[in-house]
Amino acid sequence: MNSIMNGKTRISDIVIRALIYVSAFISVLLLVGMLAYVFVKGIGSVNWTFLTTVTSTLNKTVGIAGNIVNTLYIIIITLLIATPVGIGSAIYLNEYAKPGKLVRIIEFTTETLSGIPSIIFGLFGMVFFGTLFGLGYSILTGSLTLTLMILPLITRNTQEALKTVPDSYRSGALGMGATKWYMIRTILLPSAMPGIITGIILAIGRIVGESAALLFTAGSGYLLPKSGMGILKKIFESGGTLTIQLYLSMAKAEYSTAFGIAAVLLIIVLFINWLTKFLTKKFDVSKRD
Amino acid sequence: MNGQESFSIMRNSKTTSAIEKTAQGIFTLCAFIAILAVASITVYMVINGTPALFHVGIKEIVFGTVWKPASAEPSFGILYVILTSIIGTALAVLLGVPVGVLTAVFLSEVAPKKLAAIVKPAVELLAGIPSVIYGLLGLMILNPLMYKLELAIFKDSETHQFTGGANLLSAVLVLAIMILPTVINISESAIRAVPAQLKSASLALGASHIQTIFQVIVPAAKSGIITAIVLGVGRAIGEAMAITLVSGSSVNMPLPFNSVRFLTTAIVSEMGYAAGTHRQVLFTIGLVLFVFIMIINISLSKLLKKGDKER
Repeated sequence: MNSIMNGKTRISDIVIRALIYVSAFISVLLLVGMLAYVFVKGIGSVNWTFLTTVTSTLNKTVGIAGNIVNTLYIIIITLLIATPVGIGSAIYLNEYAKPGKLVRIIEFTTETLSGIPSIIFGLFGMVFFGTLFGLGYSILTGSLTLTLMILPLITRNTQEALKTVPDSYRSGALGMGATKWYMIRTILLPSAMPGIITGIILAIGRIVGESAALLFTAGSGYLLPKSGMGILKKIFESGGTLTIQLYLSMAKAEYSTAFGIAAVLLIIVLFINWLTKFLTKKFDVSKRD
Repeated sequence: MNGQESFSIMRNSKTTSAIEKTAQGIFTLCAFIAILAVASITVYMVINGTPALFHVGIKEIVFGTVWKPASAEPSFGILYVILTSIIGTALAVLLGVPVGVLTAVFLSEVAPKKLAAIVKPAVELLAGIPSVIYGLLGLMILNPLMYKLELAIFKDSETHQFTGGANLLSAVLVLAIMILPTVINISESAIRAVPAQLKSASLALGASHIQTIFQVIVPAAKSGIITAIVLGVGRAIGEAMAITLVSGSSVNMPLPFNSVRFLTTAIVSEMGYAAGTHRQVLFTIGLVLFVFIMIINISLSKLLKKGDKER
């Protein structure tokens, strides 16, 4: 840097600089080490049977197809509920609400929701959706619980996206005689869409990795849904996601299955990470001509 | 907030204004769901967490040290569980925060662009790895290492109960790693927000770059870094699945090589089969955790407000 002290080197500076480099190196080493360890240990268990069948004691095969399907169910149902509510909430906060106590309370509770640990959501989901609503251990109970968890994520991303839409768009639309709802529907939401999609993908990442909130809500069923009405019925049946199955295998000391699932999860996480980056870059208005 | 009233020639039409009102109503309703959710979570945690306090007695639960929920004369003392969570979190923060803040300094002040381009995505990915995977790796890598250490240290001890490496220390290390991304990201943006004049002024006065960082920039980013630490505390105290198997399976005093139960892991490992009073006490443990989290959340929102005012 541009300092007259550059000529002299202070020993304390060198030591601290070394510490800084070591710290940064630790993070990278941890990540690389973890990825490598999981893939080396897990990739051997991942094969076609593992991915496309369910565990069968009769054939002595291990498979996670049921858990993959459960994970998809939970992602879809959670997003179906959380996305409209989250977007609606963001629209209210950004377009309708006047600054004041109410907005502060809504923003505080949204912050609080994102700070509550998932095990608390799990307990709440179990007694509220599971017992009070009588849904028991089911995919729906799990999805409703996760809805509360990812709501802040979607609300905040939508709000950020709405804030980047220039005010001139709003006044332009209103000035031409559009009503507020028409303006929101045709101008604001399309302009904010990239931010909303990023929020949804981040939410998917969160759902895929979640376990504590699902253990006592969605349960641990690992079977595939039956065809026909079974596809709908599955919503009310117990279904363990990949993470839950990973935890259960780990607790039963079935480590090869556990590492196999861990490898599959990491591939999903890496993909979601890449997708978020790709979309953020693609939609970044500031870098566009 | 767009500031202007929605002025529109379409206003006269009755149906249009009905649609407008409905839309506004629905959006308002959506926004209220967050309030509703926090309110019902609070109510439900209190409703389910307090009966045991009256049943068994507040003193017996909160200050009792014997946890024998399933014996003929059950005892539900959770003092060690509470202490484990507090001490475990404190140690994890003590380990994680220095590394995290130094990495944030690296990313924002020291790193050449190319190196930052490797470290930054690595940190982001660390945040995305599911907690059960941290648990699996802790169980398979840390616990055997800890067991070796344990064997070496307690070779001659007659009283030590060997844990096979599943102990407080293993859990603390896992937690320290898990809070890194939070601490790094928030501290980094706090450091980046420090006005450039401060840095230039310090350099112009003859301070070296490292002196400038630690005596000017980091103190100026103080409130952001404190926010990062508080968030880290919240993350560590609430983590469950990563440390359930890593921390051992019995309730003990929180000493480094003891097998311990955290507030979270006590719930995870026993809720599946608990019934009656045992189940109620587990909800009390949940309530204690919830109280901790609410304290953290409220101080966080105060901190953020203070940070806003300073700016």
